[in-house]
Amino acid sequence: MASNGGVTWRRTEKIDGFNFSPNDNTTGEVHVLAVDDSLVDRKVIERLLRISSCKVTAVDSGIRALQFLGLDEEKNSHGFNDLKIDLIITDYCMPGMTGYELLKKVKESSVFREIPVVIMSSENVLARIDRCLEEGAEDFIVKPVKLSDVKRIKDYMTREFRFGEEKERSRKGINKRKLRDSFDDLSPSPPSISSSSPSPPQSQSPTPSPSPSPPSVLSASAPGSPSPLDSPTRRPKMTSSE
Amino acid sequence: MLGLAADRLRADMNRLLAFLFHQGILDEQFLQLQQLQDESSPNFVSEVVNIYFHESEKLLRSLRSLLMDREFSDYNRMGIHLNQFMGSSSSIGANRIRNVCVAFRAASEQNNRAGCLRALEVLEHEYCFLKNKLHELFQIQQQRVLAAGVRYPMQN
Repeated sequence: MASNGGVTWRRTEKIDGFNFSPNDNTTGEVHVLAVDDSLVDRKVIERLLRISSCKVTAVDSGIRALQFLGLDEEKNSHGFNDLKIDLIITDYCMPGMTGYELLKKVKESSVFREIPVVIMSSENVLARIDRCLEEGAEDFIVKPVKLSDVKRIKDYMTREFRFGEEKERSRKGINKRKLRDSFDDLSPSPPSISSSSPSPPQSQSPTPSPSPSPPSVLSASAPGSPSPLDSPTRRPKMTSSE
Repeated sequence: MLGLAADRLRADMNRLLAFLFHQGILDEQFLQLQQLQDESSPNFVSEVVNIYFHESEKLLRSLRSLLMDREFSDYNRMGIHLNQFMGSSSSIGANRIRNVCVAFRAASEQNNRAGCLRALEVLEHEYCFLKNKLHELFQIQQQRVLAAGVRYPMQN
């Protein structure tokens, strides 16, 4: 059991020529990059993800996360996501670079901005949640993280893959950017998807009709839970699209 | 005979767990950890808990040494330690410890040194208690394995 905070990894070698296909995951497994300065939390999130059939790389800081992604040096050095990271899940409160700052760096990167980023925090602060969502975070999980949280984000991760391809195909149409932005904010975790394993999501048309489902985010289903069930940790930007 | 021993041990374990939950010492997050333990990761709970113990003791020592310093004024730093302690306690389901941390943090935010010292004492006491109880729990679980004569995943 490694007690040091870092993770041992070998940077994949850059190869000549572009040899990538986006979302090409030959093993079928999603690869998650988990970022948390707490060793206890890293162990737990690692296990939660592995038991949910995800491949996990866990690092102890935002800096290391950027190093792993290859974003720490020249920003445009990589032309592709050779590590095939499918999701980044990061703690908010970390020394050095916060999860929010990491989120921003990822979203600023042309290569990695499409990767969904989920923020975890022990503090259920609405302003913080809003800020993260506005910066492009896919979801916000209040700690402690449970299996149901991981299940939920995994479900829409798979959905994102397929939406990604749909988006690609329709991109050269009208001003799809605006439409995409609005339903990016609204589509995650609609009730029909969150409880099941990936069933064909193409049948689910991404209409911007808002159906917020706050209870699914908190998933504090155990009795006597101290979690504030009435505080929505997920608040889609509805006002701009109404 | 082995069967009876296994039953008795299982009863002991359940009684201890019931006590810990009933007293609010542990909460459902601990159950969540147990659910993550299986044949592929048969010692998951004790591994995580042992990391928690190791880290907690460091944090408690840091808190104690901060507060014992007569010229102490770095409440910020104390707050950082507390947040860490609170976070990891919450992640393993150490509910009562987390609650004491909340009170401790409140005293810290008011720069109330006496209040902090009191909270630290409670924290140290709660931590000792939890550690003893969890060691007891892990011992029972080990004995169950021996009584059964084979390795099997710990189930409630």
